[in-house]
Amino acid sequence: MELIFEKSVPGRGTEYLPACDVPEVSLPEGLSRKAPPKLPELSETDVSRHYTQLCQRVYGVNCGFYPLGSCTMKYNPRIDEEMAALPGFTGIHPLAPEGATQGCREVLATARRLLCEITGMADMTFQPAAGAHGEFTGVLLIKQYHDARGDRKRCKILVPDSAHGTNPATAAMCGYQIVNIPSGPDGCVDLEALKAALGEDTAGLMLTNPNTLGLFDRNILEITRLVHGAGGLCYYDGANLNAVMGLARPGDMGFDCVHLNLHKTFATPHGGGGPGGGAVGCKEFLKAYLPKSRLMDGGDGIQVRSFAGNFLVVVKALAYLLTLGKEGVPQAAENAVLNANYLLARLKERYTPAYDGLCMHEFVLDLSQLKKETGVSALDLAKTLIDYGMHPPTTYFPLIVHEALMLEPTETESKQTLDQAAEVFLNLWDLAHEDPGYMHEAPHHAQIRRPDEVRAARTPILCQPE
Amino acid sequence: MGSYIPSTPAERREMLSAVGVSSFQELYRDVPEEMYRPDLDLPEGKSELEVARILTALAGKNRAFPTVLRGAGAYDHYIPSIVKYIPAKEEFLTAYTPYQAEMSQGILQSIFEYQTMICRLTGMDVSNASVYDGATAAAEAAAMCRDRKRRVTLISAAAHPDTIQTVKTYCYAAGEAVEVIPEKDGKTDLAALEAMLTPEVASVYIQQPNFYGQLEDVEKIGEAVHQAGAMYILGCNPIALAILQTPREAGADIAVGEGQPLGMPLSYGGPYLGFMATTAKYMRKLPGRIVGQTVDAAGARAYVLSLQAREQHIRREKASSNICSNEALCALTAGLYMAAMGPAGMEKAAKQSMAKAHYLAEKLRALPGVELVYSGPFFHEFVTTLPHTAEVLSALEEAGILGGLPIAGGVLWCATEKVPKAELDRAVEIVKEVLGRWS
Repeated sequence: MELIFEKSVPGRGTEYLPACDVPEVSLPEGLSRKAPPKLPELSETDVSRHYTQLCQRVYGVNCGFYPLGSCTMKYNPRIDEEMAALPGFTGIHPLAPEGATQGCREVLATARRLLCEITGMADMTFQPAAGAHGEFTGVLLIKQYHDARGDRKRCKILVPDSAHGTNPATAAMCGYQIVNIPSGPDGCVDLEALKAALGEDTAGLMLTNPNTLGLFDRNILEITRLVHGAGGLCYYDGANLNAVMGLARPGDMGFDCVHLNLHKTFATPHGGGGPGGGAVGCKEFLKAYLPKSRLMDGGDGIQVRSFAGNFLVVVKALAYLLTLGKEGVPQAAENAVLNANYLLARLKERYTPAYDGLCMHEFVLDLSQLKKETGVSALDLAKTLIDYGMHPPTTYFPLIVHEALMLEPTETESKQTLDQAAEVFLNLWDLAHEDPGYMHEAPHHAQIRRPDEVRAARTPILCQPE
Repeated sequence: MGSYIPSTPAERREMLSAVGVSSFQELYRDVPEEMYRPDLDLPEGKSELEVARILTALAGKNRAFPTVLRGAGAYDHYIPSIVKYIPAKEEFLTAYTPYQAEMSQGILQSIFEYQTMICRLTGMDVSNASVYDGATAAAEAAAMCRDRKRRVTLISAAAHPDTIQTVKTYCYAAGEAVEVIPEKDGKTDLAALEAMLTPEVASVYIQQPNFYGQLEDVEKIGEAVHQAGAMYILGCNPIALAILQTPREAGADIAVGEGQPLGMPLSYGGPYLGFMATTAKYMRKLPGRIVGQTVDAAGARAYVLSLQAREQHIRREKASSNICSNEALCALTAGLYMAAMGPAGMEKAAKQSMAKAHYLAEKLRALPGVELVYSGPFFHEFVTTLPHTAEVLSALEEAGILGGLPIAGGVLWCATEKVPKAELDRAVEIVKEVLGRWS
């Protein structure tokens, strides 16, 4: 389809503003731009149709099954959107006086109380705007803690090899050296490797539990005990909290601080890549290090974003939490785990899981055998799924599994959806053996065929020339 | 109790049995018993109707002022109706990051268009798909500029206090030095800056217009920065850019800013978005998602997430940033706002904001005891002295007007195109009336 600039006609536009009712003033000499920006000139009809056409080329959770592992693509309730769009929330200036912002403050306080209860933490900030931003904030709590004690020899953060890429990237942004901890044959942290890595230079450990293989680390209490024994702190990456929310608390596992992805676990929409919410909770002894806004709160503490963070995302998460409540929160987790295990059980007829046994909310398939037999890769299978109206699972992650496909169905999918998806997967196993060439070329019926990513990187076109 | 779980109790039993377990608890056998199923102090679940009642009541405890004369980093501009409706479409709302280009062309193209509009607004060659907000954009830009020899970041004291604090935090994290350039008469002190420009300085961050609304002499500052071999980062207000000299024209290497004025409501501070653009030279140092144009296997035009070799999921600890989720839906909103307003509408919003702020300033300074604190040219914010600040602001609030923000040395006022002259006159009358009580 055409770019919006290609639809532009000079002189076209819609009047949204009245004429100026005060005397005009001009910018001082030399401070004006040389020419107006070449923004598109369109009627409102043009704008409406353009974005509607774009919208028809987007696949959301409302369109169909979205088993994207590690992303928790659960249904995003509409009531949460409606509440976040109330003018009593959208119309509030972040620096409005305290008396005019009691509702916002109560939203934050209530969400904080409920989420601290779920995670076993003492306090929480909503300033971080996304998961990786929450990680950054959490690791800064660890850094401030050691710095305040004058303990400056702690220069290393331990990260399991199954971790999301954001973990090592975050630790590096915080000036730490990264020590990769290998996974054992059971897919969990190798305790001997952990012991060997721990020492006086350990600042902390970043861990996702259940991990990215969908396994709950049964040694979790031993792991956090070992890290604390070495003087380090434990950071819980909440990306996979959906498996255990209401059933097991990071605080009880021995973690000192945690980030939550409100846009995963607490059902706020992903928006095609944000805005998210990366709330960070911590135990009592780290409270003083939580970020503040210089303008809203004063003081000289750390700050990771302006004002109070993505407030409307917190409104949505609160609406969701109030809806689910005491029974609904663990029930969501249980059904997420049940759905994953059910789908895994169906797929095991043909496919090989990376780790045998039960899984938590997600599982990883290892397609290396299929690739050896047919030449069909995890990527080929993923691309073929698009033709069947399904969003592909996460591919080639975690890095420790070759030809990995990672599936997370979430609790908001029905048995019928899971059965249909299983049928498609099983049929594609047969297709891979019958007509691998077809799958190498897939998708055949999508918006586009496979894009040339090498060309995109070698000769970058990142902007439409004027 | 509300729930979004579709499976019936009978289906759950059937599924448990297909998995080969008899209860949910069996699925959690790896969880140590002592921590399993804690008794949580959470409220009972509620129906949609009850939840709507509770949150509507909470929203009712806030007070949204019909007239806003306060900015300081969050600006109350008019948002065309269409800009509110389109981003609420469920597909845009509920999609993930567009990793699967074959089913995400709509989002990818919207970001490509947003990137193009940001380039045209700033005069730069390349923009990313957004970062969290203006403050993080400044901090990420500073990180882009550091190399082995040059490690120090300089930031003007006249920048937004939250931006300064965020940049300081990111530098603290990385173990790198940051120094604040003093201000003089509400602007960056050029002489002080020149003395601070050592060979270790990697970048200088200046905000235009600055926190006090003052227009900085950005070209002259840029010359000094470049002469010292450092990189020049300009933090910009995107509405002002419709009429103001572009960062490119002012000599900046990186343009960043808070994108909230481009169609996002105030929302108690977020979601907002940070925009980031640079010259072709620094393209591969830019953090975050970037969408590129390419062709598909059939030769048709297509869009993909590009230059991913910079990113955390490929490079891990060697990535240019840890950023993953950004503010894609806000970027779509900003692109949509610019497309709806067009160059003429943007220019009108900018000129009217500036004209109304100047009108308000003139009327206020005519009152006894009210003076402009800084004498330099300004865009749509200015600082005045204001006797009896608390009484004046509370009288304005009672009349439905959010007055300026009290800051050290005065009150920071703002006006946008949204405020009609009659409201400006009414605000001035109220200020006059309150001040009259003491005369």
